[in-house]
Amino acid sequence: MIQKNNEHIYTVSKNYRKEIADDNYYYARSCIRQNFYPGSEVAFLNILKNDLGKNVFDDPRHTTCTGIGYHSDVVPFDTIQTVVARHFALMTENGYKNFIASCVTSFGMYIEITETWKHHPEQLEKIREYLKKSTGREFEVPQNIAHTSDIIYKNRLAIAEKIKYPLVNVKTGKPLKVVDHIGCHYAKMFPDQGEGGAEFTQVLQAMIKAWGGATVDYPERRHCCGFGFRQYLVQANRGYSLSNSKKKFESMQPYEPDAIITNCPGCSMFLDRWQYVMNEMQGKRYGANNSLIPVFTYEEMAGLVLGYDPWDLGLQMHQVDCRPFLDKMGIKYDSDKMYKSKAGKIIGSYTPQCSK
Amino acid sequence: MKLHEIIKQDIRYKEAVNACMNCGMCTSVCPAAEFSDYDPRILMNIVQTQDDSEIEKLLKSDFIWLCGQCMSCKTRCPRSNVPGLLINVLRRYSQELGYFTESRRGRQQYALNKVLNGNILNHGYCIVPQAVKPELHPEQGTVWEWIYRNAEEFYDRMGANLNKEGAGVLRKIDDDTMDELHKIFEETGANFLKDKIDEFSKKKAEELGYNTDENGMEQYFLDTYKGKI
Repeated sequence: MIQKNNEHIYTVSKNYRKEIADDNYYYARSCIRQNFYPGSEVAFLNILKNDLGKNVFDDPRHTTCTGIGYHSDVVPFDTIQTVVARHFALMTENGYKNFIASCVTSFGMYIEITETWKHHPEQLEKIREYLKKSTGREFEVPQNIAHTSDIIYKNRLAIAEKIKYPLVNVKTGKPLKVVDHIGCHYAKMFPDQGEGGAEFTQVLQAMIKAWGGATVDYPERRHCCGFGFRQYLVQANRGYSLSNSKKKFESMQPYEPDAIITNCPGCSMFLDRWQYVMNEMQGKRYGANNSLIPVFTYEEMAGLVLGYDPWDLGLQMHQVDCRPFLDKMGIKYDSDKMYKSKAGKIIGSYTPQCSK
Repeated sequence: MKLHEIIKQDIRYKEAVNACMNCGMCTSVCPAAEFSDYDPRILMNIVQTQDDSEIEKLLKSDFIWLCGQCMSCKTRCPRSNVPGLLINVLRRYSQELGYFTESRRGRQQYALNKVLNGNILNHGYCIVPQAVKPELHPEQGTVWEWIYRNAEEFYDRMGANLNKEGAGVLRKIDDDTMDELHKIFEETGANFLKDKIDEFSKKKAEELGYNTDENGMEQYFLDTYKGKI
């Protein structure tokens, strides 16, 4: 039996409303997203600067936060704290106080580290010394730390005012059904740092609703995608990752979602790629009419409703074909262009997977 | 010093262990408990006994390497315990004391250390496209094979700045920044840990009959990565 949406629960408690800075951001990129979703990071900066008129500093000197190394236990806690402190130093030196992270695990680590410093001031002093000794730098702790999905969430209504393609099926006139998946490190570690907390996280659902779509609170909405760091990175362990994603797909299947939206670098990729694997291995698909379900980042979704070209957003980097969803939205696209370089040359091709 | 006293010195222990009453809420929501023999309730129970022989067994077992670090346990614990954070503490000492090579999943740290610290110290990122080889990542599908084979043109199309100076996606991290990163790794113990993992892994490789030259350790890498040993 399909549950009704528990809309009444979504009145977000004041304990789970976070403060999100309005402008002037120091931007930190994500290791995974740079590799697999470069178009989303490009789109984020374009939307903020060109569509919303915000000031964002894109600093070439910041590095990985080392979060994947930390959660794989090959980078010590003192090290990641000092690398993060260096990021804060770059922010401070450039006159910024609001730090935004493109990666959910980075965001979780920034919060974990600043919370550690609040509870253990001696740890903060130790890290200040480490940073000074290794780099000569000093830093202020940011006034505000947010994930980049928080920024799009905060501006969802401003984006809605400029909408070109609402999340509505042009053939039926009905809202498109979008299920969300929130990265675990967005709110599970510190629920008060996630909009809506860990149980009824609003950051993505509110975007979908603002842009005309419908959301579904499917039973395993809160379950991990299964990245698991070492559980995916080591080939022998990947059954863990696949099994967790499979559990989510089985849970969302009865609701026949038109698309999935995520705010975490790894989750976007795994929910896309594991559908390919299950289809290849078992011929199993979880979308309506035996189809695969396209998976979007929040920047891709924002870009689509704003009328960005799908191939500028990088939708050709998905294994699951996004074109059926674009057709539902009534977006016109040139399929040949998805294989072309900047100069218009065909780079090669691959066959994205969709229904049958 | 007693083993329990050693692990208690990690600042994260204080945040992770807070009079667990063994209700099992963590286990009920744990993805690793659902798909493997991992059980955070049992983990908390063993550590709270402060029994060094039992803790040593943990550090030498596959058990501590099964957690996926999602931290779902943190959200639900009624007493603010964090088994997932305690795992980080136990894994740290398993590596520093050389116990990790006693379990199949522990031995995988050799592969993770090589890949991740290699990427971080050579490129400034945890992951770079050239390291995601399609033959080792069949799950990445036909799309990744296409991107991987045409990386330069493809990332250029996406507005990236692959291996070039300046800002942007996958930019080359400048030498001064890399130098600072290397100094941080030296100063804060990352190189110490990295070398310990290498040292103990080589010892185990030798014990298992591998040559410890470059080719032999490459084979050890592949065998740990693929779960053969």
